[in-house]
Amino acid sequence: MTDESQPHHVTVDRYVERYAARARGMVASEIRALFAVASRPEIVSLAGGMPYVSALPLDAVGDIFDDLVGSRGAVAMQYGSAQGDPGLREQICEVMALEGVNGHADDVVVTVGSQQALDLIGRIFLDPGDVVLAEAPSYVGALGVFASYQADVVHVPMDDDGLQPDALRDAIARTAASGRTPKLLYTVPNFHNPAGVTLAASRRAEIVDIARSAGVLVLEDNPYGLLGFDQEPMRALRADDGDTVVYLGSFSKTFAPGLRVGWALAPRGVRDKLVLAAEAGILSHSVVCQLALSQYLANHPWRDQVKAFRELYRERRDAMLGTLSSVMPAACTWTHPTGGFYVWLTVPEGIDTKAMLPRAVGARVAYVPGSAFFADGADGARHMRLSYCYPEPDRIREGVRRLGAVLEEEVEVRDTFGTTGTPARGLDRPPPNL
Amino acid sequence: MADVTGPVVVLAGGLSHERDVSLRSGRRVADALREVGVEVYERDVDAELLPALAADLPAAVFPVVHGAAGEDGAVREVLELLGVPYVGARPDACRRAYDKPVAKTVVTHAGIPTPEAVTLPQATFRDLGAGAVLDRIVARLGLPLVVKPARGGSALGMHVVRNVVDLPAAMVGCFSYGDTALVERFVAGSEVAVGVVDTGAGPQALPPVEIVPADGVYDYAARYTAGQTEFFCPARLSVDAIKAAEDTAVLAHRALGLRDISRSDLIVDENGEVQLLEVNVAPGMTETSTLPMAVAATQHDFGALCRDLVAAAISRPRR
Ligand SMILES: Nc1ncnc2c1ncn2[C@@H]1O[C@H](COP(=O)(O)OP(=O)(O)OP(=O)(O)O)[C@@H](O)[C@H]1O
Repeated sequence: MTDESQPHHVTVDRYVERYAARARGMVASEIRALFAVASRPEIVSLAGGMPYVSALPLDAVGDIFDDLVGSRGAVAMQYGSAQGDPGLREQICEVMALEGVNGHADDVVVTVGSQQALDLIGRIFLDPGDVVLAEAPSYVGALGVFASYQADVVHVPMDDDGLQPDALRDAIARTAASGRTPKLLYTVPNFHNPAGVTLAASRRAEIVDIARSAGVLVLEDNPYGLLGFDQEPMRALRADDGDTVVYLGSFSKTFAPGLRVGWALAPRGVRDKLVLAAEAGILSHSVVCQLALSQYLANHPWRDQVKAFRELYRERRDAMLGTLSSVMPAACTWTHPTGGFYVWLTVPEGIDTKAMLPRAVGARVAYVPGSAFFADGADGARHMRLSYCYPEPDRIREGVRRLGAVLEEEVEVRDTFGTTGTPARGLDRPPPNL
Repeated sequence: MADVTGPVVVLAGGLSHERDVSLRSGRRVADALREVGVEVYERDVDAELLPALAADLPAAVFPVVHGAAGEDGAVREVLELLGVPYVGARPDACRRAYDKPVAKTVVTHAGIPTPEAVTLPQATFRDLGAGAVLDRIVARLGLPLVVKPARGGSALGMHVVRNVVDLPAAMVGCFSYGDTALVERFVAGSEVAVGVVDTGAGPQALPPVEIVPADGVYDYAARYTAGQTEFFCPARLSVDAIKAAEDTAVLAHRALGLRDISRSDLIVDENGEVQLLEVNVAPGMTETSTLPMAVAATQHDFGALCRDLVAAAISRPRR
C-alpha cells in the first residue's frame, strides 16, 4: 500500500518517455473530435471521401469470395508475395492501358491501397530534411506520409488547369538556391484531391520535362483518373516517360476501398527497392483480396460498373454545384470538377474555415478545413474541401444549404471582429480517409 | 457495499462536440461496472434511445454524456419523464451548473470566490462595436484573459489571451462553439480537480488531483493525449490548501444542488487561496480524466464506486 497522503505522480502512459521523436506530433486533436460527431447520420458530412460502395453488385462480390475460398481456399488463405499476384498485375496493366500507359506486369508492385505506395516511396527516398514538391493544396494522406519521414514539403501553386509549370520551375530554383535538391514531385493530375482541378493535357509533357531535367522523380497519384464525367480518360504522365514517373493507381474508387488494393508502376531500380521495402513492411498482401479482385476484373463488366459510378457521381456533383450557386454568399468561389469527388471552396476574405468548423458541426454539416491540405497548416484558411461522393443528392443539397447559412453567420462575425482566425495552435490534421 | 440487480444502461455519445470523449468515458464506466458483476448495456443518445428504454426499462441509467444535452439537463429531463432512476444531478441543478455564468453567481452567493468575469453574447459586440467593448473588458480585467464559451467543456473554444492583439480571434474561436462568451481574469496558480461523490452518506471530496500541462495550457490535446499533462494525486499543496480545495468542492456541490457525483475545477494561488473555475455534472471518466485517478489514489475500486452510485440512485425514494 502506498501512503495515501503523499503526493505522487499519476502514470497515465508508462511509455511516455520511450516514444520515438516522430511520434511527438501524434496527439489528440479538436478537429478529430469534431469529425467523431460528423460521422453520425444526423450530420450531413461533406467531409468524407468515401466511395459509394452500396452501388456495387455486392451479391456477386459475395459469390466470388464464396467460390474462391471454397474451391481455391488453400491458396487464397495462404501467404503470398510482397510484389503481388502475377495474374492481377497483368490485369492492372490492362487497366492502365486505358490511360495510355504501356507497362509491364513485372514493373507493377501491388500495394495496400495507394497509401502504402506513398509510404514505401517515402521509406526508400526520404531522409529527414529532404524536399518534396507538392501541389498547393495537396492530399492530406500524402502530407502525413511525408511528415512521418520528416521531409520538408514545398507547395507549388495551381490554377484551373492544375500545376503551373512556371511555378514548378520557380520552386525547384528556390530549393536549389537554398542548397537542396527536391527529390520528389507529388502530383494528383486528375480531378485533384482536394482542389477538384485537372492538369491540362497541354501542360503534361512540360511538367514531366521540368522534373526530368531537374532530376526529380514524379509521383503521379491517380486514383480518380477513370472517373471523368464528360470525357475519355486523359493520357497519364507516365504514358510518355517511364523513367521519370512512378505511377500510383488504386481500385479503391473504381471498385472498393475495403479490399485495400492499389499499385505502383515504377522504373526497375525503384521497383526492386519497393518490393524489398514492402516485404520488410508487410511480408505479403492479402491473397484472398487480390484473387477476388482478379476474378471480378476477369468475369464482371467492371467498365460498366465504373460507368455507373461516373453517372452517380456526376449527378451528385451537379447537386452540389447547383446548390452552391444558389445559396453561397457573394464572394465565395469554387472549382468545377469534371470528375472525381471534390469541390474546393474559397470563402470570403477574413474567414478561417478551421475556426468555423465547430459552428458548422453545430449546424449539422461538416467539411474539411483547407489548412489540412498544407504541410505546415498555415495556409488554406480561406478554403475548404467539399466532397459529393457519399451523401445522396438531396442530402448534398441540404448540407450545402446549411453550410450557406453558417457562412452567412460567419461573415457577420468577421464584420464584427474584423477577423475570424483563431490564434495559432499548431498542426491539426484530420484522418486521411476523410 | 451495495448490490445492483437488474440491468444498467450507460448512456454515452450524443451529438455534442464532446461525443468522442463521452464515448470513451462511457466505455470505461461500462467496463468498470461489468467487472464488479453488473449487467450493463451501452447506448447512444439518438432516436433509438427512448423506444429501447421504454420497451425494457433498466434498473437504472448512468449518464456519461458530456456537453450540451448531457450536461444541460436535457437528457435527464427525459429520464425523469420515463421515471427511471439515474446517477447524477437533477435537470434543474444541471442547468445551473452547466451555464458557467449562472453557476458563478450561485457559488459566489455561497461564499466561493471565482475569477472576475464578463459575460456577453455575440450580438452585443455586433451592435456596440467589438473594439469598444473589448477595450472596456481589457481595462477592467487586465491581461492575460481567458475566453471560453459560457456553456461547453473539454476546453473547446477556450483561449488564453496574453496579448491584446489575439483577443478578437479568441472571441471568434469562442463564438464558433456558442453564442455567449465568458471572459475571465486569468488566475495564476496550481490547477486542481476535485471529485465529489455521494453514495448515501453525504457528499465526500476525493483527493485533489493536480494538473500540470506540458506546455502550460490544459487544452484539448493536453487533456486527451496520454503524457501531454502530468498529474499528481493528492496535489502537491499544503495540508491547509488541500483541505480548502476539498471544502470548496463539497460546498459548490451543495450550493448548486447537485447529486451523487460532480467535479470542481479549481485554481489554488500561491497564497493557498482557492478560486473555482467551474463544476461538471458529468465528469470525464476517460483514461486521462482526473476523477478516476482520484478514486485510484484512495485505493478504492472504480467499478465498486460506480456500482455504489447506481445502487444509491435505485434506492433513492421516487418523487
Ligand atoms: N480564469 C482562468 N484562469 C486560469 N486558467 C483558466 C481560467 N479559466 C480556465 N482556465 C484553464 O482553461 C481550462 C479550460 O477551462 P474551462 O473553464 O473552459 O473548462 P471546460 O472546458 O468547461 O472543461 P471541462 O471539460 O473540464 O468541463 C481549465 O482547465 C484551465 O486550465
